[in-house]
Amino acid sequence: MSTVSKARPVVQDMIAVLILAGIAVVLFFLFPTNLALLTRIIAMMLLVLSLDLVTGYSGVATLGHATVFGAGAYAAGIFAAKFGVTDPLLMLAIGALAGAIAGALSSLVILRGHGLSQLVLSIAVVSLAHEAANKLSQWTGGSDGLSGILPSPLFGVFRFDLFGRTAFIMAVVLLLAVFVGLRIIVRSPFGMLCRGIKQDPVRVRAMGAPVYATLVKMYAIAGAVAGLGGALSAIATKVVGLDSLSFTTSAEALVMLVLGGAGRLFGAMLGTLAFVWFEDRVSAINPFHWLTIVGVLLVVVVLFAPKGLVGAIEAIWQRLRRARP
Amino acid sequence: MPTILSIAADALAYGMVLFVISIGLSVTMGLMKVVNLAHGAFAMIGGYIASYVTQQMGLPFGVAILAAVLGTVLIAIPLERFLYRRIYGARDLTQVLMTIGITFVIIGVANFVMGPSLKTIALPSELQAPVDLGFRTIAAHKLFAVAVGVVVAGALWFIIERTPFGVRLRASVDDAAMAGALGVKTKWVYAVSFALAIGLAALGGVVGAQLLPIEPYYAMHYMVTFLVVVSVGGAGSITGALVAALLLGAVQTTGRYLMPEYGEFFFYLAVIAIVCVFPNGLMGRFK
Repeated sequence: MSTVSKARPVVQDMIAVLILAGIAVVLFFLFPTNLALLTRIIAMMLLVLSLDLVTGYSGVATLGHATVFGAGAYAAGIFAAKFGVTDPLLMLAIGALAGAIAGALSSLVILRGHGLSQLVLSIAVVSLAHEAANKLSQWTGGSDGLSGILPSPLFGVFRFDLFGRTAFIMAVVLLLAVFVGLRIIVRSPFGMLCRGIKQDPVRVRAMGAPVYATLVKMYAIAGAVAGLGGALSAIATKVVGLDSLSFTTSAEALVMLVLGGAGRLFGAMLGTLAFVWFEDRVSAINPFHWLTIVGVLLVVVVLFAPKGLVGAIEAIWQRLRRARP
Repeated sequence: MPTILSIAADALAYGMVLFVISIGLSVTMGLMKVVNLAHGAFAMIGGYIASYVTQQMGLPFGVAILAAVLGTVLIAIPLERFLYRRIYGARDLTQVLMTIGITFVIIGVANFVMGPSLKTIALPSELQAPVDLGFRTIAAHKLFAVAVGVVVAGALWFIIERTPFGVRLRASVDDAAMAGALGVKTKWVYAVSFALAIGLAALGGVVGAQLLPIEPYYAMHYMVTFLVVVSVGGAGSITGALVAALLLGAVQTTGRYLMPEYGEFFFYLAVIAIVCVFPNGLMGRFK
């Protein structure tokens, strides 16, 4: 690592936020009829960012990360539909809290394993959660999904309109806030500790740092982020389905993360955008071809761009810079 | 009492089907250290071939089994050569992603070629007839599945523990570089073991087709189940896979019999409990 002055990361973050906000504004005017899809992408981005914290930064392999997303979605949805808590900001807070609790609890189980057993434990956790949501149908609506979520206007003024303008703007602001927060966390001593654990847990333990407790804490933070995503999707789509708690969603999130580049926040966002947009286009043509194409894409990424899209772009950029005199 | 025996009979048949399919995965994961999530996809290919051979071509069941095993291995060999060989020794996550990708492609292609409907395999009349066990009658194909499981377990044990090939395989696994230096062609050993594992998957797909019906999403539906069996048993252990398959088969079947609403619940609770207590599986050979 080079010696950077303390001010530079802050400037970098501000530039990044401006660029992201700029992209959002462009998309808002370029695709006025696709705002619902864009909002869905942002909700998924929060899930994939959360997965990045756990997998990319802390090295915990999981195929069950939809657990925390679904926990946030159902918590926000149930409070809105059954208890009349319809304020969108309050729903987001409930989602984040539920996600954090679900993250901390599930990490107690998942962190018991290593490598393969960890993967299997994470699958078992998400499958249990899926079954539970399916069986508790008086609360969750079972396989029909939870409906009757009618969020009240944002700040009591901005209604959630038919085109999804309010939801999209709220989602973008939320994403930017989370992005800045995560940049700070990732760079903090705590974030560095997590990266250390990813590289060599034994050495970190030998230095006297608590590995297990640190990872549980990171899991809770990641859970809160994914829970926000879940609550956002509940607010934007006004239904919560069982698929928000499924193995398939977990696996897709992992695919998006690796496609973009794990261990990089930009990678998580770029991967999600590329994947969901692509899915929307191709699955409109034929769902079977879609699966085949995703499969080929995965194999190609693993073979030729193991660091994801962002990693590949960086490599090309560096080569270009070296080529210049 | 009769209920318990009848559950036991069904659980044994189901467990043995799980064993025959999963043992191949256990070989790839324990001996070659590849997390092959596409294993179920190969079982599915075997099932499709057997279905085609018996239904479309009208050939007997024995021929169908042979065609399924050989055909699936033939499809798998180029995959091993060009894709799997690049991920030997890679991180778990890399292997998971690559093999999920392969699974997606196989599902898409199967759907395109064979159509989305459920495919059956025509059984010979001897296997369709019910057999009287004294306390109940059971379909003969279930007994056949149990018999195949026993034969597979015995044969594998013999190959790995008692033949020159088994010695080379174990040597390649323990220290590939040293084994290579001593003249073992490790690439060849890996290719043969991979083919063996895929052949077992195909065999399991055909034998188990009555319990795990063949359809395009077969590979996805049972991907998790097979992975769970292997990790509960401990990758690379024949006894472990056998015990895990029978145990999980029993949990699943009992749950479905007694509390059909909550069957899956018990299955995954059992998995969490076992894996928490035995992180390397019941009889894991490797960390």
